[in-house]
This record gives sequence, structure tokens and C-alpha cells, in this order.
Amino acid sequence: MVTLQLVPYSEIELLSSVGRIRKLLNIVKEDKIVLLQGRLKKEEEAELIKVTMEEINKDFKGIELAVIESNINKKLTGMSRFKATLATALIGDRQGLTVIGPASVVKEIKRDPSKIELLTKEVRKKKKIRKKIKR
Amino acid sequence: MLNIIQKFINKVLNNLFKKKGHIKLGLYGPPNGGKTTLANKICQDWLGEDMGSVSNIAHETREIQIKEQINIKSGKKELTFNLVDTPGIATKIDYEDFLKVGMKDNEAKSRAKEATKGVIDSIKWLDDMDTVIIVLDGTKDPYTQVNITIIGNLAAREIPVLIVANKNDLKKFNIKKIKAAFPQYDVIGISAKYGKDTDKFYEALFTVAVK
Repeated sequence: MVTLQLVPYSEIELLSSVGRIRKLLNIVKEDKIVLLQGRLKKEEEAELIKVTMEEINKDFKGIELAVIESNINKKLTGMSRFKATLATALIGDRQGLTVIGPASVVKEIKRDPSKIELLTKEVRKKKKIRKKIKR
Repeated sequence: MLNIIQKFINKVLNNLFKKKGHIKLGLYGPPNGGKTTLANKICQDWLGEDMGSVSNIAHETREIQIKEQINIKSGKKELTFNLVDTPGIATKIDYEDFLKVGMKDNEAKSRAKEATKGVIDSIKWLDDMDTVIIVLDGTKDPYTQVNITIIGNLAAREIPVLIVANKNDLKKFNIKKIKAAFPQYDVIGISAKYGKDTDKFYEALFTVAVK
């Protein structure tokens, strides 16, 4: 069975970068797939990979990660775009969706800019389950 | 805000004290893209020696390797840099993958452990680079989060980037996919193994390294 846990941006909003990464990784280490509203900062994404590597052991093999970006900001121009960029810098990026799954559960996340395809692995039956998440 | 000010001060100081020949040129990318093969090609072309060992098994390079004072020339142009070959960046490492390619249990575990440290070091070194060459396997899907995260982090640090689509000697090679995935960057197709189109790579390197 695959468990998905939706994490609203408000749940990580007030946390430090370390706190955000810790919270998300703790969920993933419970063999759950995290669906985070919005996205982490670029530096936090790199830090997430770094912390993941530090914690790899015989039970935890790492993560699969994918971010679907929103096209909303890209469509804006001029002052509206400036406001949106400023808002993102101040309160974080709530647009888009971040998917983080344990490598023991998620075999692969195939992606293109508009959709992601999540391939999970069933350890006992060795059966692949395909799930599609479309924007 | 403090972070931005600190970055600005560091950048100004770096530019003030950067001496010719002290440019750090990093090779980054996912495992098995051909970073060390390209590093060897560069070193063979300009120093007449190899930089590191290569293998078809992922995570062959597990430590940062540096070759200092490489001087390349093209016409009147000249560029001197320290070449930094980094371990491939991945989000998962399973020692059982190494067992599948015939390694013994201890060897596989040790390789996996070293590989995780290698990824950590690669990420730590991002801040120290002056220019980065992202080496991607041109036969594979470039649209992975690892690639996007590396490139995004370099962009956030304002580090000039050149993307190399490696393995253009293979049938499955598709440079269009890589150009479509990263339209804001220069993408050069080469075969580091056979030296195909490396002249174009050196030309592009001159352009990006002096930005």
C-alpha cells in the first residue's frame, strides 16, 4: 500500500530551512510520499539532497524528488511579475507542487514541465504501479 | 537580507583578488554522464595526462579531484584554470545496485558509503566554483530534479554555466531534448570518449568562462 501525505505550505512556512527539511524527511522516512504545496528554496533543495545522503543506511536508501513549477508567474509581465517575485521572496513559493518519496517505495519519477509520472514499487509482489498526477 | 549582502561582499572580494589561473572550473552532473571522461580529455589535450579512472558502474568518482593550472589556447585567446572533477550527484544510493553488477558485499557497501560522502562534498563545493560545466548523458532524459536543482543552485549563485551533452557518438543521443529542457543555457554536443566536437566545446568554454 502506498501512503500519500499532503503538506500545506502553511505547515512549513514558519520553520527554518533545517526545520523544513527535517519535517519533510521525517515523513518520507515513515515510507510515505510527501505532496508539498509549493516548493522549497533552491538552496533548500540542495540541502535536502545533502541531508538525505548523510542519513542513508541499510533501511533508508534515499529519496525520489520532483517539483512541478507553476506557469502563473511566468505568464505575468511588468509590475505584476515584480510583485509576484517579491511576494515569493518574502513569503515563499506557494505555487506548484513538490513530490518527495522514499526510494524504497518510489522507483522513479518521470517528469516534463506539465506533468509527472510516479512509478512505485511493490516490494512483496514486485509489481509496478503507475500513477499519474496532472496539473 | 544579510545573506544577500554577504554574497555581494564575497563576490566583490573574489573579483578583486582573483588572479589569472585561479579560476575554478567545476564539472558537475549526475553519475555516469561522463564528467571524468571529459576531465581526462581536457587533461590529455593540454597536459598530456589523465585525471581519474572511468567505469560503466555508477559512482566511480567518489572524491573531489583537482588538476591545477590547466592552460588552454585557441587563436589569440588563452584561459588558465584549476579543473575540479566532482562525484555525480544523486538523491538515492543503494548498495544492492552494486551487488547486481557483480561486486562483493563489502565492496558494494563501501562504495555506497563513499558515494554518499561524494555527493555531500559535491554540493558543499558548489559555492567555491567560478564557472561550471554541467555534463549530461545526451542519450538520457535530461528533465530530472537533480539536474534542475544543480542548475537552479548555480543560477541562484550567479555562477556561469555551460551544459555539455555528452555521448554524441551514440544513436540514442538527442541534443534537442537537452536544449528544450534548459533553453536559457548554451548546450554543446560532444563525445568526450572519442574527442568528437571538443573544439566546439573549447570555443564555448572561452565564452562562458570570461563572463
